[in-house]
Amino acid sequence: MHLLHTPVRSPKRLVAVVAMTLLATACGGEPTGTDASPSGSTPAPTGTTAAEPTATPTEAVTVTVVTHDSFNISEEVIDAFEAESGITLELLASGDAGSMVNQAILTAGNPQGDVLFGVDNTFLSRALDAELFLPYESPELGAVDPELVLDDEHRVTPIDVGDVCLNYDREVLADDEVPTSLEELVPFADQLVVENPATSSPGLAFLLATVETFGEDGYLDFWQQLADGGVTVADGWEDAYYGQFSGGAGEGDNPLVVSYASSPPAEVYFADPRPDEAPTGVIEASCFRQIEFAGILQGTEYEAEAQQVIDWMLSPSFQEDIPLNMFVFPARTGVTLPDVFVEHATLPSDPIELDFRQIGEHREEWVEAWTSTVLR
Amino acid sequence: MDLDGAALTVTAGRRSSATLLLAALPITFIGVLFLYPVATIVWTGLAPDGRLDLSPVLRVVSDPAILRVVWFTVWQATVSTVLTLLLGLPAAYVVARLDFPGRKLLRAAVTVPFVLPTVVVASAFLSLLGPRSPLNDLAVRIAGEGAPQLSLHHTVWAILLAHVFFNYAVVVRTVGGLWAHLDPRTEEAAQVLGAGRVRTFLEVTLPALRPAISAAAAIVFLFTFTSFGVVLILGGPRLATIEVEIHRFTAQLLDLPTASALALVQLLFVVGALVVYGRLQRRGPSRQRLRSAADVARPPRGARQRAFLAANLIVMLVLLALPLAVLVERSLATGSGYGLDLYRTLGESRRASILAVSPWEAVRNSVVFGTVATVVAVTVGGAAAWVVTRSRGVAARLLDGVLMLPLGISAVTVGFGFLISLDRPPLDLRASPLLVPLAQAVVATPFVVRILVPVLGAVDERLREAAAVMGARPRQVWREIDLPIVGRALLVAAGFAFAISVGEFGATVFIARANLPTLPIAIFRLLGQPGAVNFGQAMAMSTILMVLTATVITAIERVRVGTVGEF
Repeated sequence: MHLLHTPVRSPKRLVAVVAMTLLATACGGEPTGTDASPSGSTPAPTGTTAAEPTATPTEAVTVTVVTHDSFNISEEVIDAFEAESGITLELLASGDAGSMVNQAILTAGNPQGDVLFGVDNTFLSRALDAELFLPYESPELGAVDPELVLDDEHRVTPIDVGDVCLNYDREVLADDEVPTSLEELVPFADQLVVENPATSSPGLAFLLATVETFGEDGYLDFWQQLADGGVTVADGWEDAYYGQFSGGAGEGDNPLVVSYASSPPAEVYFADPRPDEAPTGVIEASCFRQIEFAGILQGTEYEAEAQQVIDWMLSPSFQEDIPLNMFVFPARTGVTLPDVFVEHATLPSDPIELDFRQIGEHREEWVEAWTSTVLR
Repeated sequence: MDLDGAALTVTAGRRSSATLLLAALPITFIGVLFLYPVATIVWTGLAPDGRLDLSPVLRVVSDPAILRVVWFTVWQATVSTVLTLLLGLPAAYVVARLDFPGRKLLRAAVTVPFVLPTVVVASAFLSLLGPRSPLNDLAVRIAGEGAPQLSLHHTVWAILLAHVFFNYAVVVRTVGGLWAHLDPRTEEAAQVLGAGRVRTFLEVTLPALRPAISAAAAIVFLFTFTSFGVVLILGGPRLATIEVEIHRFTAQLLDLPTASALALVQLLFVVGALVVYGRLQRRGPSRQRLRSAADVARPPRGARQRAFLAANLIVMLVLLALPLAVLVERSLATGSGYGLDLYRTLGESRRASILAVSPWEAVRNSVVFGTVATVVAVTVGGAAAWVVTRSRGVAARLLDGVLMLPLGISAVTVGFGFLISLDRPPLDLRASPLLVPLAQAVVATPFVVRILVPVLGAVDERLREAAAVMGARPRQVWREIDLPIVGRALLVAAGFAFAISVGEFGATVFIARANLPTLPIAIFRLLGQPGAVNFGQAMAMSTILMVLTATVITAIERVRVGTVGEF
């Protein structure tokens, strides 16, 4: 083996420089530029001299909204709010709803953001017990259905409402064949997919629906019957709906699944070409109400701006934008719904509801009992 | 990265201080971005009021349900590793030693599965292994009604197959990288001396490959040991790994004492695996003559070699190409036939909402984050690999082991650790977009180290000494001896680091900004809503991710030819 002189440049340093430049553009190019200063949400408890504790009025304030990863809203609605208020919005998605609440509890007092969106009634008591929120009674609340306001102290504000319901594949089950109550579901067990309530939000909601329907003494018998009948359990909604369910875009072979009241309109809206009738239907008697709330996080430096964000979330423009982006219903009454919702969506008038404090007290116990009954 | 400073033949003092300086980089990196956050969250769990309370650990290790989970975790990781090695080693030989048309493309293509998000792969496996599998239709068409039907969904077989699918590339590339440089004359000599093919392989080739094989085995074991998405989706809720339980106790139940106890159990096994691996490593790497890859590869000769090549191609076709083909097929399906409709609609989102990112935006985010992560991982990992191969003390071995830990520790432990440890200036990284590539680099660095160490360690020291005796300065020695050999491994490492960063999901989902989604995040969002268009667009986005990965890796391998290919 001999050595030849190979002209070797030194590409590594160049690569590093290029990458750093790219990075600088990537960070600096964003309008928010949070890397430059400790974000507005940090209260800077150790008296660092350089950090300015409060923003001067002329300075643009950035309000960080912590959300779950299915939060969605139109860009034009955000742009309009930013232009009008002078506030810059930063959106921080931190996992699913349960994981988001737990992260907020873990960082209580030194939060990642100023406003939290997306805690629902199944997790509400945990968030309230941890004293995550500052109370704020929005003037817009007058336009909201009063039944949705669960916290008298207004530490959280209802923003949207949707139901977790059994969906069925209309190609397999005719509308008059499907069970009309949870009791009638037992013979269909081997055609049913449910999500694991320990890992999935709709799964938890459906478990709560059975607790409310059959009582604390009876729900486990019901689940035992479903388990004996061969119910399929998936860990998450994606696997249950796309992997195990036969209706709509699903690729499985079970015609019944736990999903949302808004899934049929989504099947119509996200089809090409759009059909006249939804390929799936909803069993109204199975629907469990989920209300999503927003709250101002304790420890924010921008309480006044955070209040403006809450008002904005209840404003007609935001509320009208909710259905087609998050596929739930607006909390505000009198909001014009999109056609696809009017034609294909149902918001049952008498859904199954369970007091959020009771849920908070027993959630873990019910989930644990469910796990022993159905999975072990 | 400036390895030039790590002089070889200068005085011992300068040498060790240079090594120390180089060591500081990976130590700081892994200390701040991994050890500190993990220690903080575990401490929070086990000492909620400042006093250490080990009772959760006792509770966890005496709970039969959790012990079953631990047993299953170890079992499936071991079987997955053995299966991956059995299938991957022949393929490593094929891409390293046989020269055939399409070889470079193949080498890039086998890496594609490795970067795909689990949720996408799982959906491809679902349709292949589930009740409505096209394979079942085929069986019925061939054998008529009553033909054997495949239904592996929610079984351990689905998990094992998916693990082989994901990790095949780790074996092929880690082992293939060294195999391509082994001097075939050693094997030829053994055969001339009367050893048969099998004996030559067992006694000459295998020992020479041992560092790379044990490295690949260690990575695959750690990866499958902490498997999350595959187990969750394909295994169903009855099969859980320790990782799944940690996620449940942390993210869903916020039961930090139990989660921390589980994290310690996980750590125990990971350290155990690393100790075994360290033992295997220390018997090697033997110093050996390495050759340029171009000198080593030969076209297949004889019927036996051609059959061997064909057999491997069939394995790849069935195991790797079929699930990928399913993804592509679905991205092209339009209800009434095939076309590019889904790709077109990706560009023109129905409404300009914040979640509806155009694919090009997601590609740009992925490439920028991936590039930064790659530079960081190659720099940090390169420095670490140099230190580990040059100083053989306990400290270096410890560093080597610690750098492997990120592969074996739960992403949710690290993610939640970030939240409570990197939350104050000067280390308030929670709000920084830099956090995404840094977290990705933490995951990618172990790969860089594992790919570089065997090759760096195998460079014959006598070559360096000879060059030095002939008057070459240390910088020249590095350039003339190490770089040509290591250069290829560096590029392989960079390609892998990029692929890992681009495909990373577990950590990214916790820290990504809503307005800067990477491709896997964008795919995940599309799959979060019902509807055929969402599903199809997710498949189209996955196909784009596949093509992007294959293109970048092929491009990186091409660079090799220009700068360090021939000597």
